[in-house]
Amino acid sequence: MQMSKRRFLMLAPLSVAALALAKPVKKEKVIKIEARKFRFAPNMIELKKGEAVVLELTAVDFPHGFSVPELKVRADLVMGKPVQVRLQPQEEGQFTFLCDNFCGSGHEEMAGTIVVKA
Amino acid sequence: MIDRRNFLKLSAVGGGAVFMSGLFGAAQAVGTGYDDFYFVQLSDSHWGYKGPANPDAQNTLRQAVAHVNALEVPPDFIVFTGDLTHTTDDPAERRRRMTEFKEIVSALNVKTVHFLPGEHDASLDNGAAFQEMFGATHYSFDHKGVHFIAIDNVSDPGARIGEAQLAWLKADLAKQAKDARIVVLTHRPLFDLAPKWDWATRDGAQAIELLMPYQNVTVFYGHIHQENHYMSGHIPHHAAKSLIFPLPAPGSQQARTPLPYDPQQPGKGLGFREIEAEPKEASYQLVEFPVVKG
Repeated sequence: MQMSKRRFLMLAPLSVAALALAKPVKKEKVIKIEARKFRFAPNMIELKKGEAVVLELTAVDFPHGFSVPELKVRADLVMGKPVQVRLQPQEEGQFTFLCDNFCGSGHEEMAGTIVVKA
Repeated sequence: MIDRRNFLKLSAVGGGAVFMSGLFGAAQAVGTGYDDFYFVQLSDSHWGYKGPANPDAQNTLRQAVAHVNALEVPPDFIVFTGDLTHTTDDPAERRRRMTEFKEIVSALNVKTVHFLPGEHDASLDNGAAFQEMFGATHYSFDHKGVHFIAIDNVSDPGARIGEAQLAWLKADLAKQAKDARIVVLTHRPLFDLAPKWDWATRDGAQAIELLMPYQNVTVFYGHIHQENHYMSGHIPHHAAKSLIFPLPAPGSQQARTPLPYDPQQPGKGLGFREIEAEPKEASYQLVEFPVVKG
């Protein structure tokens, strides 16, 4: 038996709702970070242990690098184009991140800290 | 009987530290053609730096040149392991600093000087100005039975040696016997000394892998502005002091900020070293000197 158009339109939103209930989609937390000579903003990022986040990094004046050596995460940034880095830290602590693409006279100071708490 | 294990010994002699590095017992395997000599390693003069970490920056390099010239016996040659100049965004200013640097070091009595770039010299223009002023950024040469290899890990701002140079290194090493005396000169540490301070070479492990089959390799580098000694397997790595300002011990604090200037001891933490090579024994004796002759 062919389903009437009216009946289909009534059922469709219910199906989407049911799907959402069966398989909850958790929206990832996105933290935007700007990279410019010679600082990251923000340069202090607090995360919860086990929390999945997306760091969205945008380089505004130079193709900076982004590296968190202790978490084995790094990315080459592209000027003006956001680059996403996914993180889900599994241990508490403080982890230094830095620009690892030499960018000039303040390069050595271009760093920040990720603080992971329980 | 001499133990054939890797030998590292640090002892104080007079006013300077002496560091011996090498393989004991290797002499028996060696033929003729070796001759003892010594060379000097200077590093990280950062010519053009202006800042509180060294208010006397205009004089430090000249003082080091004067001290090297005052050495009782002149070295066979000098190596300068990078960061000759302090970085600048202005290409003309970069060349001006390199020109001034060359004028100052031209006062060295020793005319054979091998220059390597540091990231402050080369990373913002991929080594273009350095090559104009000093020549190739990677090369090799032989001296009295020792094969020297200069590796460039700074012309790529991302601290990579790169596939092309690694292929060159592999080909250069292929011409050497496995027991050849090999000295590697470079700017950054080839190993992961403190990656969170950018004290590493991103593909340095590949260079070390190429060097590993060779029994007598020693690495001298700069970048970290302090003396440091490290073994990766049988390969010793020796970092040199700088001629501008000292930096903290690797990873010892949050930021890699220069150690505070001490007006009572203006040259504190700065210096250069002699390396006395005994190729027959495959050993090197390191003697550290302050910038100003005491």
